[in-house]
Amino acid sequence: MKVLVGVKRVIDYNVNIRVKSDGSGVETENVRMSANPFDEIALEEAVRLKEAGICSELLAVTVGDEASQEVLRSALAMGADRAIRIDVTESPQPLNVAALLAAVAREEAVDLVLLGKQAIDDDANQAGQMTAALLGWPQGTFASELTIAEGRARVAREIDGGQQTVELDLPAVVTADLRLNEPRFVKLPAMMKAKKRPIEERTPEALGVDMRPRVERVKVSEPVPREAGVKVADVDELLDKLRNEAGVI
Amino acid sequence: MTNTILVVAETAGETLAASTLSTLTAARELDGPIDVLVAGARPAATAENLASMAGVRRVLVAEAPHLAGGLAEDLSGLVAGHVEHYSHVLAPATTFGKNLLPRVAALVDIQMVSDVTVIQDAETFVHPIYAGNANETLRVLEPHKLLTIRPTAFAKEVVGGGKAQLERIDVGETQAQSREVELQLDQSDRPQLESSGIVVSGGRAFGSLEKFRLLEELAADLNAAVGASRAAVDAGYAPNDCQVGQTGKVVAPELYIAVGISGAIQHLAGMTGSKVIVAINKDPDAPIFGVADYGLVGDLFEILPEFHEKIRQLRSEPKPELAEG
Repeated sequence: MKVLVGVKRVIDYNVNIRVKSDGSGVETENVRMSANPFDEIALEEAVRLKEAGICSELLAVTVGDEASQEVLRSALAMGADRAIRIDVTESPQPLNVAALLAAVAREEAVDLVLLGKQAIDDDANQAGQMTAALLGWPQGTFASELTIAEGRARVAREIDGGQQTVELDLPAVVTADLRLNEPRFVKLPAMMKAKKRPIEERTPEALGVDMRPRVERVKVSEPVPREAGVKVADVDELLDKLRNEAGVI
Repeated sequence: MTNTILVVAETAGETLAASTLSTLTAARELDGPIDVLVAGARPAATAENLASMAGVRRVLVAEAPHLAGGLAEDLSGLVAGHVEHYSHVLAPATTFGKNLLPRVAALVDIQMVSDVTVIQDAETFVHPIYAGNANETLRVLEPHKLLTIRPTAFAKEVVGGGKAQLERIDVGETQAQSREVELQLDQSDRPQLESSGIVVSGGRAFGSLEKFRLLEELAADLNAAVGASRAAVDAGYAPNDCQVGQTGKVVAPELYIAVGISGAIQHLAGMTGSKVIVAINKDPDAPIFGVADYGLVGDLFEILPEFHEKIRQLRSEPKPELAEG
């Protein structure tokens, strides 16, 4: 079976982000970028499906500018067979990304689309569900376990209050939770080899997807900082403050 | 132009989930008649409950056995069919709403907004991005506004006095592409993490599952919910759905006590909305002290038992009168 994994290039999760002073967005110049952590988990899962002989072709796809190639290089080094970059310059909105992914999934006749449950920059948690809707496929979101057998996907989902297991007919869309797996490190020789591999390019026009933004950013602002607190000397002082100052105990 | 609002209710078994109450509060800010859609295998009691709430005009009741699992494949078509009649469609930003609403949005070709914390006007909304390290204000140009609402950003008030009509709606057939095969709910008599007034949360510093019990015992005496950092969950000290943070739950209790949690940005994203934050940590430079109202530097294994013991004593005394203002 053929698997499509979506990977997004985002500001590295360890970076303390800075809001631009004009409120137009977040500073990305000279900031460390890397693959969205949830997407790395989706990729690792797909590689494991390949190693188990279930996935016969693994296709990594990103939507972004030329710099986004680097996340595809890592995907190739990790075990992807092919890589496709859909060339866009503006930061695309989830519905646009979903339309692009759905178009590629159709064109490539894939059986499973694996994505991260959310990107750590926009925190939207939308693209997977939207892709499933546009394809008319079932969805297994926030997956912490995935088993493929007899043309079906069994997905354990992390939900509020516990876990729900669903069974999906293939083709399907699955989005990865942090608990799905522990992504492997990419070794240097694999990375070197991946550097020479071709990356296919597509455009939204060729895929027939209208990229007009549907939601307009008014501004990005810093959250109101919490007022600085105090350090207390001991438990007695802490309890006194909680009881007589804050009134919460 | 007046707004008309549809709220998709989240239920917990045969009762209303607290997240629905927050979503209704957000809906009332939009100033217009509110219809609520409730779906399930036996939604009757929840529907009656919703009909008695202020501001609710109609309750749309979708009853069918295949709606029991709350699967997005079945619900999304149902909700999508109603979008055209409303200026706004709201669902809670819980795993239920996050799973459902993007699917609805794509079916009706609309870009939605996730995790709304502020409704500025009928088309302008604020939501956190980058793990809560920035707020983005968006103007939605779509003909219908689809929003998930962050429950902790809106009060969970139950406003009575409503007398809404109940209306059964056509649910159609099941899509039969997906099925719920198992549901495992964590059994706990503790208050729910997202709605508890007090949360005590532990991190990796506990070192073992046995020692994490110290925290659970404290929680029991405080009638608090137990939270955990990702490190504590990964180490197996606490179940997954206790995780507080960007990838877990967002909480905003009256009192949040972080014990042995350093305060990585991903964790802070889930709790900086709390009213009062207490940090107990042996590293005086831990980032958690940067957001804590009260910080106590020291070994948790010395501090926690003393704190617990003194809490027990306090609990047996009457609470002092608080000064006004």
